[in-house]
Amino acid sequence: MAEILVCREGEMEEGDVRIVASGHREAGVFFQDGAYYAYRNLCPHQGGPACEGMIVPKVLAVIAEDQTAHGHTYDESQMHFVCPWHGYEYDMKTGVCAGDSSLRLQSCAISQRDGQVYVTL
Amino acid sequence: MDNAVPHFRDPHKTEFETAQLLRNATQQAELRNYKDFLIVDVDSHHYETEHLGEILKYVDDPTIRQLASGKMSVGRSGLMPGQLGFQDMGGRITRYTKRKTERTPPTPHRDVSLAKYWMDAIGVDIACLFPTAMLHLGMHPDVSMEVQLARGYNRWMTERVLADQPRLCSMLYLPLNAPDDAVKIIEEFGDKKGVTGFMVTSTRYRPIFDNANMKVFRALEERGLPLSFHAGYNWNDQSLAQLNRFISVHALGFTFFNMIHMTNWIINGLPERFPKLKVLWIESGLAWIPFMMQRLDNEYMMRTSEAPLLKRKPSDYMRDMFYSSQPMEMVNNRAMLEETFKMINAETQLVYSSDYPHWDMDLPSTIYDLPFLSEQAKRNILGENARKLFNLEPVFSETKLAARLKG
Repeated sequence: MAEILVCREGEMEEGDVRIVASGHREAGVFFQDGAYYAYRNLCPHQGGPACEGMIVPKVLAVIAEDQTAHGHTYDESQMHFVCPWHGYEYDMKTGVCAGDSSLRLQSCAISQRDGQVYVTL
Repeated sequence: MDNAVPHFRDPHKTEFETAQLLRNATQQAELRNYKDFLIVDVDSHHYETEHLGEILKYVDDPTIRQLASGKMSVGRSGLMPGQLGFQDMGGRITRYTKRKTERTPPTPHRDVSLAKYWMDAIGVDIACLFPTAMLHLGMHPDVSMEVQLARGYNRWMTERVLADQPRLCSMLYLPLNAPDDAVKIIEEFGDKKGVTGFMVTSTRYRPIFDNANMKVFRALEERGLPLSFHAGYNWNDQSLAQLNRFISVHALGFTFFNMIHMTNWIINGLPERFPKLKVLWIESGLAWIPFMMQRLDNEYMMRTSEAPLLKRKPSDYMRDMFYSSQPMEMVNNRAMLEETFKMINAETQLVYSSDYPHWDMDLPSTIYDLPFLSEQAKRNILGENARKLFNLEPVFSETKLAARLKG
């Protein structure tokens, strides 16, 4: 395991992502709602670079009390990122797959000290 | 420590390169020693409409060339039947939108370079290329337009893309709505370099058992050229139009038309009428095959008299056919998948396909990592079965040959 420097505190802006590497191992580090989240950049589906894709809010179905459907909308409080190979979606704060909660990305530890942010990979 | 500089990549600001996007697949290829054996991809795609200006020059009918040559007309719109759909998932599948920015050298043809980028990255030696938008051409209300565009595309493919590219091949477009013209196309292109057979786009509505088609099947059988049915969807189909989501129409549509053609093919005794014609079913996945075998066998045993040409059960004929692997249904169903492989004689009848660069592509590891296959079975499915089916001369990628030298 290696500790990799990701950024100086304050350097990453809301919604930013950085891919860092240690040999062939990569991690994606996200900055969202004032916190850092990091996962192995490896989709458990077919091995895609899961952390490199589009960042989108979770999609919700709009269902009225009488169970009639009224289209879809976004839940801006729950951001997802999407593996660019096939579209597998992951919750940014947990790494859990949107389609199957038993599937999740391997999380990587984040540490902050002396004004720097590191990820253990 | 304060002076340390972070080394990172911002994926949203990086120039698009296929090799970079697929580097994890390249690692898979190295770890699994793909360099040691041939991998043939029987179904991959290019975006032929990006070169429509070139293709139109090969269309015989000058009035069609003129109709399509206006500045506003060169493109998919207006020339071929379009389809509603969101293949790129609104940008989630990044290669759809970014592909156009990828740099290629002046030669060979851009589609050759783009194909080799992903082939080398995932470990494919030989790829069978198919068009994308033209997969809907069988629904053109003007049959002559299907014939003209098919012939123009086939000429362009054989002269501009396949020529001098031993790692690329194609089953050329067969305009089956015009059987006489289809036979002419077989006669004209059947011997061309890189032509491994002919492909019928499955989204069409003239039944394949029509007597007018028999001369087409005979022409293929006589030449030992395989026939394939490439699946597709038609959201305007009266049944599929009930579906309100693309996921639904794609999941059903890509099996729906092949199920109809398969049923017609078997029940009308075409395997008995053309016993040496090899038939390949493309891009319907695998789950539909056991379903069809069970349904048709069950009905056949009770209604044998309605299929008097059959000497065996429908599933027996289906086991003689070939199937491309993608999109292989493999979410938490290992036992079912293993049974499916047994039912279709996968070791000899299944041929690997990626469907790259489309959104539901499968890597060779989807086959190689299956624990119930022997090493030889894996190699058969990934390459040997296709090599035999298409009578291919094995050609290995430069990447693999270089890796072998390194040991």
